[in-house]
Parts: sequence; structure tokens; C-alpha cells
Amino acid sequence: MKTNRWTDCGNWVLDRFPLTKFWNEHMAHYYAPKNFNFWYFFGSLALLVLVNQFVTGILLTMNYKPDAKLAFDSVEYIMREVHWGWLIRYMHSTGASAFFIVIYLHMFRGLLYGSFKQPRELIWIFGMLLFVALMAEAFMGYLLPWGQMSYWGAQVIISLFSAIPVVGEELSLWIRGDYVVSDATLNRFFAFHVIAVPLVLVLLVLLHIIALHEVGSNNPDGIDIKKHKDANGIPLDGIPFHPYYTVKDLVGFAVFMFFFAVVIFYMPELGGFFLEHANFIPADPLKTPEHIAPVWYFTPFYAILRAVPDKFAGVIAMGGSIVVLFLLPWLDRSEVRSIRYRGGIYKKALLLFVISFIGLGYLGTQPATPSATAVARVLTAIYFGFFLLMPIYTRWEKTKPVPDRLTEQPSLEDRIPDLVETFNEVTVKTEGKSGLFSRKLNYQGLSAVSIRFLKRIKGSLD
Amino acid sequence: MNIEGVDKSKRQFLTSALTVVGAVGTGYIAVPFLAQMQPSTKAMAAGAPVTVDISKMEPGQLIRVAWRGKPVWLLNRTPEVLETLKTLDDQLRDPQSSESIQPVYTKNPTRALKPEIFVAVGLCTHLGCSPTFRPEIAPADLGPDWKGGFFCPCHGSWFDLAGRVFRGVPAPTNLEIPPYRYISETQIIIGEDTVETSV
Repeated sequence: MKTNRWTDCGNWVLDRFPLTKFWNEHMAHYYAPKNFNFWYFFGSLALLVLVNQFVTGILLTMNYKPDAKLAFDSVEYIMREVHWGWLIRYMHSTGASAFFIVIYLHMFRGLLYGSFKQPRELIWIFGMLLFVALMAEAFMGYLLPWGQMSYWGAQVIISLFSAIPVVGEELSLWIRGDYVVSDATLNRFFAFHVIAVPLVLVLLVLLHIIALHEVGSNNPDGIDIKKHKDANGIPLDGIPFHPYYTVKDLVGFAVFMFFFAVVIFYMPELGGFFLEHANFIPADPLKTPEHIAPVWYFTPFYAILRAVPDKFAGVIAMGGSIVVLFLLPWLDRSEVRSIRYRGGIYKKALLLFVISFIGLGYLGTQPATPSATAVARVLTAIYFGFFLLMPIYTRWEKTKPVPDRLTEQPSLEDRIPDLVETFNEVTVKTEGKSGLFSRKLNYQGLSAVSIRFLKRIKGSLD
Repeated sequence: MNIEGVDKSKRQFLTSALTVVGAVGTGYIAVPFLAQMQPSTKAMAAGAPVTVDISKMEPGQLIRVAWRGKPVWLLNRTPEVLETLKTLDDQLRDPQSSESIQPVYTKNPTRALKPEIFVAVGLCTHLGCSPTFRPEIAPADLGPDWKGGFFCPCHGSWFDLAGRVFRGVPAPTNLEIPPYRYISETQIIIGEDTVETSV
């Protein structure tokens, strides 16, 4: 009896290891709210990208040489001569940017639905620590190709530490291990990038998930689903994570991988945003490139640094822009979690914050002209205003009544008649042709639809 | 565990004593672990002085040499440049170089041993980028007030042609000047001087 032997084998393990318990606790009997929407894809996507970075990273170390004399050439060697090396390298470099896209959207979800609020403060703190560790990981990884941008980026970021009074100079010397960024720096950054920080990341991911599963997931309505349970103690508005959300996340994986593949195969440098042009020139300690900028995911913070005309204050502002995120659970005094029931003032503040974050991100990629610096100062003020004024404006805000149970949102299918109607309104039928191209734009209808759309947006801000 | 008749203060003492011993041990092992990240003796020893021949320098020419892995500039300044330097004091953050790093013998208005030849470490005192040499007067991108100097592309700091920082830019101090001396009329040695002191 072959099957029995397999079952026996399985039972032998299960008798000795709490696999079933673990599976049930975190998958099959973990009840998540049933109304997760688009914004809830990014947590599992971050995990997918993490796995991608681990696998491709390990493969890259097999051919990469962490030596100032060899590093640049070894990366080119991977790109040109290692079988499929270009693919693995591009998966890793694109993965780094994808990681930040996914994480920024994941954090924005938190801002939308108040996922950082009581009782999920610790999840947010672990998440922020993950974000900081991820920035360290990305920064140290960017030095490894030993291009011009690698070199001067590292020079600038390490010099940030020298702005700290008294110990600053000693500290930056200790980080570099030399008087300038050199072979010693490259070698240690390799060690941190490949061993130390990944271990920290894995540990923090575990803490993040354990903390989440202890208090339960938030949801787009920001309602506690544990208030209403059935006879078996299962939340009425909850569904088991497996199979419902594992399947949902698989759809997310597929869509994500489609976009990921498009970037890898057709635009791996993404016009200098994912891999900067100057980084295809080997590091030259005597010459800074004409225009240096960090990779896109650091530019908002970099723009804040540049906006302040004082070395120490600039570094403080840059550090503060990240520290202030940690404090978010205690800055927000609103009774309501989800943006669906929050007052207009928070919606407007969040909109301004998003504008300032994207604006700073753009300015950080541009040269520091006086007018750009002036705009960056205004946006920096908005950025900090969003957080530091939050205790005041969230107390004023007039919230809407929060329902007792999760609400039903119209599904994509329910919206099809509406969409068809809108399509008919913005187009008119022309003579002689058939099919989709038989219709031309109807400008009157288009303007009517856009006015209605803008009015709806304005209305939803109140 | 039987806790009857136990002298808890003894247990507390042992726990505390063990904690202290453990902490001291951790402290001791932390020293080599952390100190190994300091620059190695080899890195400290590298930094041999560099000799530069200046006999072929044209007026207004800038040459770059590497000293301790850092870019060092040598600039041949024309008389017009030296005239301009005298007019800039009120726009500078530290015109007397009292808060900047340089050997005592270059703490003068031109920040040089001989006014014509300017020597400096070519790294911005803000965050260590190497500024670009912009000797032209009033170029389109830098505006009509530009009298020639060094512009840091990273964060927009401005320095004049004596490496003195302008007001309202992120760099806090003037460009650093390395120790140097003339070994002959046409040769400068960088990284070595007769007087050991620097300010």
C-alpha cells in the first residue's frame, strides 16, 4: 500500500513538527475581511519581489567580484558573457525599483485606510523599520557596480553622517573604512548587502506578519470584523486567507509579472530612472558627473536635503522626513480609520501630501536651480505640514458615521452598463464604417463627462 | 521549582552579577568587532606626498592630481582673477577662512603660498562631491553675478576661485587646503610641509 506509507511518513513529521498548526494559524484559519480591494495586493507583491531579489541576488554573487579593480568589469562580464547573466542582472536591478513601487503603494494603502491606527501601531513600526532596512539595502547595493553614480552617490550619502556634531567625522570614516570611498567601502557594503541586511529584512518581515496576524487585518472600511462572530467564533465578515486570498494574490502576481517582464525585456534602464546613465562609466574618484541624482526612490528625501541651505539642518530635515513617518500612529487623532468615513480635511491634506511627495521626487531628479529649490522648499513645508499639523486638523475633522458591518462596493461587472453609457456619450457614430472604429469622439459629450467626473472628485473631497 | 525557603536576594544577586559579567564580556568583544571597520593600517599608511610639476601650467589652467585618493586641484590664477577675489568679501560666508580647514600659511586673503598658484582639495565641504571648475564670467546657467569659481553640481554650492564659499548655499566652510610646499620654483609637493601645524 503505497499511499499509506506516504501518509505514515507525513504523520511522522506532523507528530514532531507543528506544521498543521502553523498552516492553520496563518493561512487556512486566518480570517481576513472579505472586502479587500486593489490596494491589498501590494503586501504579497512585496514578498514576491523579496523572493526575486534573493534568488537573483544569490545568482549574481556567483560571478560578481567585490573589488574596486574588478567590480565594474565583473558586472559587464555578467551582462555579456555569463549565460542569461543579463536577465538575472536586470531582474535584480528592476526588482529593486519594483520593490519601492510596491512598498510605496503598500504604505499609501496604510494612509488611505488608517491601517497604522490603534491597534496596529506595531505593525506600522515594523513596516517602517523594514522600509529603512530596505533603503539601506538598496543604497549599498547601488555601490556594487562601481560606476560613477555608485561612487558619488555613496560619497554623498556617507558624508551625510559627517554632519553630525562631534562624532560625525569619525563616524563617516568608520563607515567608509578609508579616507575616501574605496575598495574597503565596496567590500564591506558587499558584506552588508548580501548577508547582514537581508537577514534583518527576513526577520522584520516575520515580525511584521506575526504582529499583523495577532491583531488581524484592517480593511477598506476600517471596521473591526471581530465584533460580529458566528457560533463557532469566526468573524461573519471574514473569509479564510487560504484559499480565498492566496488565489486573489496569485492574480496580482500574474498582473505584476506582466509589467515586470515588460520593463526587463524592453526598457531595463527605464530611461535612466532604474539604472542611471552615468553608472555605465567606471567610478572616477577625481571627477563628479555633471549632474548627480540618486535613483528615483530616494529623490523625495534628497530634494528635502537640498531644499535646506545648511548642512546640518539639511541632514536633520532629511532624517526627520523619515522619522516623522514612524510617529504617524500617534499624530493621527481621528476616531475613524478609513478614508471612506473621514472628513474632507484629511482627504485634502492627503492629496496635498501626495502632490508634495511626487513633486519632491521629480525635483530630486533635476539640477538644483534657484527656482527649483524655491519650489522644493514649499513642497518640503507641505510634506512636514501633513504630519506635524495632523494632531490639530484630525481633531477638527467631521467624520461620517461608520457602518457596523463591511459594505458592499459595486464590482467591476456591476459597473459595465455605466461604462457602456459613458462610452456612448463621449462618441458619435460615423457613416460608412463598422466595428469599434466606426465611432468618433464627441467633444460635447466628452466635456460633459469630464465635468461630471471633476465634480464627483470635488464632492468626494468633502 | 520549589520556591519555599529560598533566599531570593541571593538569586537576585547572582542574576545581577551574571548580567554584569555578560555585559562586560559583550563590551570587550564589541571592541574588535567594531574597530575592525576602522581604516586599516595600510589605508592609513597610504597617503604618500605627491610631487607636481607646475612649469607647464598656462594662466587660468586647472590640473587635477590624486592625493590620498582625493582629487587635489592646482589652479594658475591670472592677475584679473586675483583682483576679483578682493571684491567678493561681503558675499562670502567665511572670507577670512577662520572656520575653514587649511594650513596656517595659507590662511590669507588668496588662500595660497604664492597668490598665482591655488592648491585645494577638490571636494565640496557639504557632502563631498567634486565641484566643477567654472572660470567663465556670467555664464547663462549660473547667472550674471557669477565671477568665476567652482560650482558643485550635487547640491548647488558656490565657491570663488580661492575656494571660499558663498552665502546661502549648503556648504558650511571653504574648500579644504592640503599641506603643501614648493620644493623649487616649478615643483610643488602635496601632503608635506615644513611646519606641522594647521588651523
